[in-house]
Amino acid sequence: MSITRRDFIKTQAALAAATAAGTTLAGTSVQASSHIDDDIRWDKGACRFCGTGCGVLVGTKDGRVVATQGDPDAPVNKGLNCIKGYFLSKIMYGKDRLTMPLLRKKNGEFHKEGQFEEVSWDEAFDVMATKWKEALKKKGPTSVGMFGSGQWTVWEGYTASKFMKAGLRSNNIDPNARHCMASAVGAFMRAFGIDEPMGCYDDLEHADAFVLWGANMAEMHPILWSRLTDTRLTKPGCEVHVLSTFEHRSFELADNGMIFTPQTDLAILNYIANYIIENKAYNEDFIGKHVNFTKTVTDIGYGLRPEHPLEKAKTGTGGKLTKISFEDYAASVAEYTLDKAHELSGVPKDKLERLAKLYADPNKKISSYWTMGFNQHTRGVWVNGLLYNVHLLMGKISEPGNSPFSLTGQPSACGTAREVGTFAHRLPADLVVMKEAHRDYAEKIWNLPKGTIPPKPGFHAVLQHRKLKDGVLNAYWVQCTNNMQAAPNMNEEGLPGYRNPENFIAVSDPYPTVTAMAADLILPTAMWMEKEGAYGNAERRTQFWRQQVDAPGEAQSDMWQVMEFAKRFKIEEVWPEELLAQKPEHRGKTVYEVLYENGQVNKFPVETITDNAGNVYNNSESKHFGYYVQKGMFEEYRMFNSIPGVPKKGHEMAPFETYHNARGLRWPVIDGKETLWRFREGYDPHVEAGSEVQFYGKPDKKANIIFAPYEPAAESPDNEYDLWLSTGRVLEHWHSGSMTRRVPELYRAYPDAKVYMHPEDAKARGFKRGQEVMVQSRRGEVKTRVETRGRNKPPMGLVYMPWFDAGQLVNKLTLDATDPLSKETDFKKCAVRVVRA
Amino acid sequence: MGEQSSSHSSAQSRRRFLGNIARAAGGAGALALVVGLFARQAQTLPAQALRPPGAGPEADFLAACIRCGLCVRDCPYPTLSLADMSSDVPVGTPFFVARKVPCEMCDDIPCVKACPTAALDPNLTNIDDADMGLAVLVDEETCLNFQGLRCDVCYRVCPVIDIAITLEISHNTRTKKHAVFIPTVHSDKCTGCGKCERACVLETAAIRVFPRHLAKGRIGEHYRLGWEEKAKHGGESLAPGLVDLPDRLPDQLPDALKGWKP
Repeated sequence: MSITRRDFIKTQAALAAATAAGTTLAGTSVQASSHIDDDIRWDKGACRFCGTGCGVLVGTKDGRVVATQGDPDAPVNKGLNCIKGYFLSKIMYGKDRLTMPLLRKKNGEFHKEGQFEEVSWDEAFDVMATKWKEALKKKGPTSVGMFGSGQWTVWEGYTASKFMKAGLRSNNIDPNARHCMASAVGAFMRAFGIDEPMGCYDDLEHADAFVLWGANMAEMHPILWSRLTDTRLTKPGCEVHVLSTFEHRSFELADNGMIFTPQTDLAILNYIANYIIENKAYNEDFIGKHVNFTKTVTDIGYGLRPEHPLEKAKTGTGGKLTKISFEDYAASVAEYTLDKAHELSGVPKDKLERLAKLYADPNKKISSYWTMGFNQHTRGVWVNGLLYNVHLLMGKISEPGNSPFSLTGQPSACGTAREVGTFAHRLPADLVVMKEAHRDYAEKIWNLPKGTIPPKPGFHAVLQHRKLKDGVLNAYWVQCTNNMQAAPNMNEEGLPGYRNPENFIAVSDPYPTVTAMAADLILPTAMWMEKEGAYGNAERRTQFWRQQVDAPGEAQSDMWQVMEFAKRFKIEEVWPEELLAQKPEHRGKTVYEVLYENGQVNKFPVETITDNAGNVYNNSESKHFGYYVQKGMFEEYRMFNSIPGVPKKGHEMAPFETYHNARGLRWPVIDGKETLWRFREGYDPHVEAGSEVQFYGKPDKKANIIFAPYEPAAESPDNEYDLWLSTGRVLEHWHSGSMTRRVPELYRAYPDAKVYMHPEDAKARGFKRGQEVMVQSRRGEVKTRVETRGRNKPPMGLVYMPWFDAGQLVNKLTLDATDPLSKETDFKKCAVRVVRA
Repeated sequence: MGEQSSSHSSAQSRRRFLGNIARAAGGAGALALVVGLFARQAQTLPAQALRPPGAGPEADFLAACIRCGLCVRDCPYPTLSLADMSSDVPVGTPFFVARKVPCEMCDDIPCVKACPTAALDPNLTNIDDADMGLAVLVDEETCLNFQGLRCDVCYRVCPVIDIAITLEISHNTRTKKHAVFIPTVHSDKCTGCGKCERACVLETAAIRVFPRHLAKGRIGEHYRLGWEEKAKHGGESLAPGLVDLPDRLPDQLPDALKGWKP
């Protein structure tokens, strides 16, 4: 039977209709999109994700961010973005955005085991304040705490830090940057006496060779990787060396790719120093003038609970440095021969030697990059320092192209967590609570009685979870981070801590994250362009943006929340009489009034905020509080870094308005100029004429070379748990996926986590690719699927699993071992086994 | 966005197919139409419909496939469906649409094992040898990587990454300091699994998998690429023994010509 003539005509008609419909549709959408473009207001901003700090333009229409673009004139990214940045306009509009406070309730009252119910801000803060006051009354300031973020804006971090340290007199405030950058900070302070990299992103064009130490820039810093790749491509003789414990995307470009046994980076770096000394390749003039040689205390444990056998077995404590001679130092590294480095690391000798020769070549400018491979390391401060040793021995530092460069993972890990000092031991601009002179200065700027700020560092991130579990820390507030998913050993520490009946946990977030769902109170939070903000990226660049849209429902910014909560405390409730007696004018005031209506923060009246094209922007906080809050906070913060007589020079910033008119500025900003390379005469105004180089963070203006040996990891594979587990990220998702997993396209691009395994390891266990398996450690288990192909290629004996997936909480497996110096967790090394699900 | 839910299971597909057949059989007129459509569809497979691993040329496959649905049943993922009357694929035959649910490239290839007639070639034992189609980056104007962005999702989801698809780098002449990473499919290694098309983040995919005959060009037999022929010949010229006379140059080359080789 054949198709009838009638069938044929019908088909043709349908086809014609479809074609017509298609044409009409296309025509409509073209018209609509040009119409949209006509009305879009474009203003500058910074990307919400990693520490690269790509400049973007944000397009708003009818109160909604409808589009973004890479800013073609932004120096970092020149109009480019990675695939996360491409979807920025969608991150604020997930379907489950929180718009009302949610409190666990039973029978109309707060109950730890109740169900979440919508409540007003008043009720939320009433219950929360009651719990905080109970804790303060019962156990004092150390029973309250806050966990914050390298994603806080600069002034949000400043507001929170001041509230906790000055207002409630508790140093129990720490940022998620503890999990991320603390080891880098520790090493900067030990070697140079001042935090953050001496170089900048321009080193990516000036270097002759690049070495990646525990950084997968190809996925984690995609736009910087694009710059590095371009230099490799266009500069004759340029080479790229990549070291990691598994093969990842950055090996794609590697001229010398090296897979080493976890923890042996310590040995490799000492071998390089030994090679440089044995071959007399070191820069004698430089080390003579600008370097001190020291050694650090060894066998310092693993930052576990004190009753852990590893802590009981340690023989050393802390990070005290002892001065040694160059000869002593040479003798210390002498045992790290090529043979020894090879035996420990498993890296072929020719590859190790090629790397050592590269560093030792006086004619090669080298930039070294690292991120979590170095920082999330039980010897993180040491290993950061061992790399500085190599650069310092050669004098390859603080000049274009010669740059040991610590990359950051969060958009304002530098700007907020580090510069504002939201760590448990820090104050703004590199000041610390342990030093009386620093506390005195902060108390003077803040108009507080002497002795307000406690001298003892507060609980750091991992300790906070332990203290919650132990019932020592009872009232706790998490802002702008998903720490239940992010922190190590969730089963044994984090979750029992949050659910401890003695504790009250509040979590501020735009979305119902794992952390929010584990809390007692969830506070709906304004994000990104819903508030005026500032971020500081990895190259010391401070970037501002205006509030582009209003937050949905009753969501409020973190800063608003802290300031409003501060109104609930009378100063008499949080300060003892001896402090009040010093400043009787504070009597009867609220903490809010003492801290923020102090004549400095509230100094600047509300103004109409406009861009250079005359567009007008809202500022929700200023409208609410009746003064230009962000400006007041920033200008008070500048009294720590930019007025005559600050305790630590070198952090100078420009006035508030300047940043609204610039695409970010790299501090120190002095006499209207940015600083690209620090510590080098001609580039850095703090370096005295004729001195060439001054590491002015140290009193004698010399940097420290610090000898530290190889010591093993806290937990290594054994017969029972026979595989190393390394955790990390993927390009498509940012951190815990709380934003990126709400973008359908990014979810589709990488929907669920999986465990990457060597095909032989899978075969030996009888696993087929894609099979469901259980990954088990001594602390928990996670169900996932085996991946033996794809982007990551672990060596035999190691598996890799990303942590973005809220459905597969990999931190049930990880060990809460930290660097005893930086208190940063080693998320890259613990022992697991993989069995059939 | 606008993505259809792709979670209907293979069992459901098969049930729906049988149900459709039953309904169609209900009326002779309808049956006539079915057969008529079938006859017309049999000649061409829509470009977005891909056959399971091991399916040969379309005509051979259709001749051997008995529409039993066993490959669909044994597919552990919701990838394979049986064509029903609403689709443009010959009714009862297995297919998948990469943008909806791609092939997961199982090591043990259960669909091939299930096939009772060798319509899916039982000699296919290594999934990397499968030839379901060929990925083609069809739109350079919308592919984000061509614009210099760092998407490369298609590259990272490829189960045969760095072999079937690579990122070819070049200098970004606009920014002057970034590289451009061009996703480049290698047709002799691409299995046509469709993971790249599925994952493409654009609203309409810029990389798509087509049956190979639609995706591949063919160079004329009358021309060979000289450098490839030379490589095949062990690097030796196919015209051996030729001489090149020395060039007459001054003893001292001017500075501007330093490093130049004639």
